[in-house]
Amino acid sequence: MANLVIAEHDHGSLKSATLNVISAAVAIGGDVHVLVAGENASAAAAAAAQVAGVSKVLLADGAAHAKLLTENAALQVVAVAAGYSHILAPATAYGKSVAPRVAALLDKAQISDIIKVVDADTFQRPIYAGNAYATVKSSDSVKVLTVRGTAFGAAAATGGSATVESVTAVADSGLSSFVSAELTKSERPELTAAKIIVSGGRGLGSGEKYRELLTPLADKLNAAMGASRAAVDAGFVPNDYQVGQTGKIVAPDLYIAVGISGAIQHLAGMKDSKVIVAINKDPDAPIFGVADYGLVGDLFELVPQLTAEL
Amino acid sequence: MKILVPVKRVVDYNVKVRVKADSSGVDIANVKMSMNPFCEIAIEEAVRLREKGVATEVIAVSAGLLQCQETLRNAMAIGADRAILIETDVELQPLAVAKLLKAIVDKEQPGLVILGKQAIDDDANQTGQMLSALLGWGQATFASKVEVSGDTATVTREVDGGLETISLKLPAIITTDLRLNEPRYATLPNIMKAKKKQLDNVKPADLGVDVTPRLTTLKVEEPPKRRGGVKVADVAALMDKLKNEAKVI
Ligand SMILES: Cc1cc2nc3c(=O)[nH]c(=O)nc-3n(C[C@H](O)[C@H](O)[C@H](O)COP(=O)(O)OP(=O)(O)OC[C@H]3O[C@@H](n4cnc5c(N)ncnc54)[C@H](O)[C@@H]3O)c2cc1C
Repeated sequence: MANLVIAEHDHGSLKSATLNVISAAVAIGGDVHVLVAGENASAAAAAAAQVAGVSKVLLADGAAHAKLLTENAALQVVAVAAGYSHILAPATAYGKSVAPRVAALLDKAQISDIIKVVDADTFQRPIYAGNAYATVKSSDSVKVLTVRGTAFGAAAATGGSATVESVTAVADSGLSSFVSAELTKSERPELTAAKIIVSGGRGLGSGEKYRELLTPLADKLNAAMGASRAAVDAGFVPNDYQVGQTGKIVAPDLYIAVGISGAIQHLAGMKDSKVIVAINKDPDAPIFGVADYGLVGDLFELVPQLTAEL
Repeated sequence: MKILVPVKRVVDYNVKVRVKADSSGVDIANVKMSMNPFCEIAIEEAVRLREKGVATEVIAVSAGLLQCQETLRNAMAIGADRAILIETDVELQPLAVAKLLKAIVDKEQPGLVILGKQAIDDDANQTGQMLSALLGWGQATFASKVEVSGDTATVTREVDGGLETISLKLPAIITTDLRLNEPRYATLPNIMKAKKKQLDNVKPADLGVDVTPRLTTLKVEEPPKRRGGVKVADVAALMDKLKNEAKVI
């Protein structure tokens, strides 16, 4: 058995989600190889080689991968796929875009968003916004999987000493091209890897209030900041803040939900947090059904008080 | 240019499903079924492109039970011009759906296929990407803005770090995210009109596609329950709990 992990990286370093995928591959058993498809990405490959549990890194370095276009990435995976029993990617925007292409090109089914490895053919995954967990067995010779990062601990970033092998990079497919990116700038920890998250919903009323109330709280806690879909739709914060079934899945040590009602789609993204605090003026809000500590009252009074106490 | 929009019939997003006592699945008997919300956004986008004169025809397609006809009528009430049902009672998995859709694409030759990014029942997020790969087309997943001019589509995508804009050579695949548009309500006159629109029925065998499942669901369970429900009196009490009980700050 041999596992191929599709690394998510920015050429210079690995994205943290890659470390969780490596843990899932280790749980499956057998060799763990990592594919880094990038341009001038030897630093990312060197980082992958350090990760505990990895025995080989394949570096596909070429212009086709400069912008991490998913069509090219999928062709690259297929080019090196022979011999692997499992191909794994993170269940991130990147992994979700690449892995199904790989599966279809190999004529294999994909199992999305696995949260547990039962055995080499069998995996558990959430369905219906996490309201049910399905145990799914694949009859395909190659398993293509995406991995929910919060369900697997991060592999140690150091301690490994894998070899890095260069493989020929594919040519550009010409199907798509990069135009521009508008990335949210933040000094804060990444949402999906943060230990503490302060998250705001429609109850905050506006983007100004979201920032005025939650930024000082998040600063004191060195927290990442998240939001409900309603807060993103209303333009309080950018789309990458959205936590939920169709946004980001998070599981920090502490999740503070402010002015969020707790719709099932939101709970799907945060109910595996270790400790949940909810601040909401409605004592019957569903968020209190999952909160370890609920504070009923006006967030405009309570949040500044909490910030002052910290 | 034709636009093809695959739509899925799913349990309505307001329903909290229950796991069956025998762990064989979730109980969907007698629950409200609706069009997957992301598919509704896809139909709306296609109809807008037709209204702008970019597209000439919007074709909705659904694969599954006969009842998917309702979903297709709904798509036509929003504005799709005609519809195709690929009727089967076999449990369809994303790869099989992608193969069925490829067969329809080969026949209809659309310039664009717009799909929802995920269905809210199995949350797989695969079909669009798989179809794109089978066709050898470019893809823009998680679209929040689409502009078509000539033979290119410029698509802004919601990615983990923010937004990314890419350009696709048509024909291509786009999958929708929540903020692409707000679907219109189907008005009564449009619901009536939709009843008269063309709805063709084909079978997977007519399309020469093998839809045998590759994955077997061994069991479906309730997720672990959270305890929850403790209310604290004030901020001081909360601070005390966080410091001394939960020890998270
Ligand atoms: C296909 C689909 C996908 C979706 N995906 C997601 C997703 O990924 N993530 C997500 O979050 N949602 C998602 N949703 C939306 C979800 O159903 C809810 O609409 C959304 O989560 C509600 O956001 P909210 O809690 O901020 O707003 P609301 O439900 O409006 O809640 C606002 C809360 O603020 C409280 N409040 C108001 N004022 C105050 C005050 N002064 N002090 C204290 N409390 C106050 C209110 O009591 C209320 O509970 C999805 C929906 C669909 C259909």
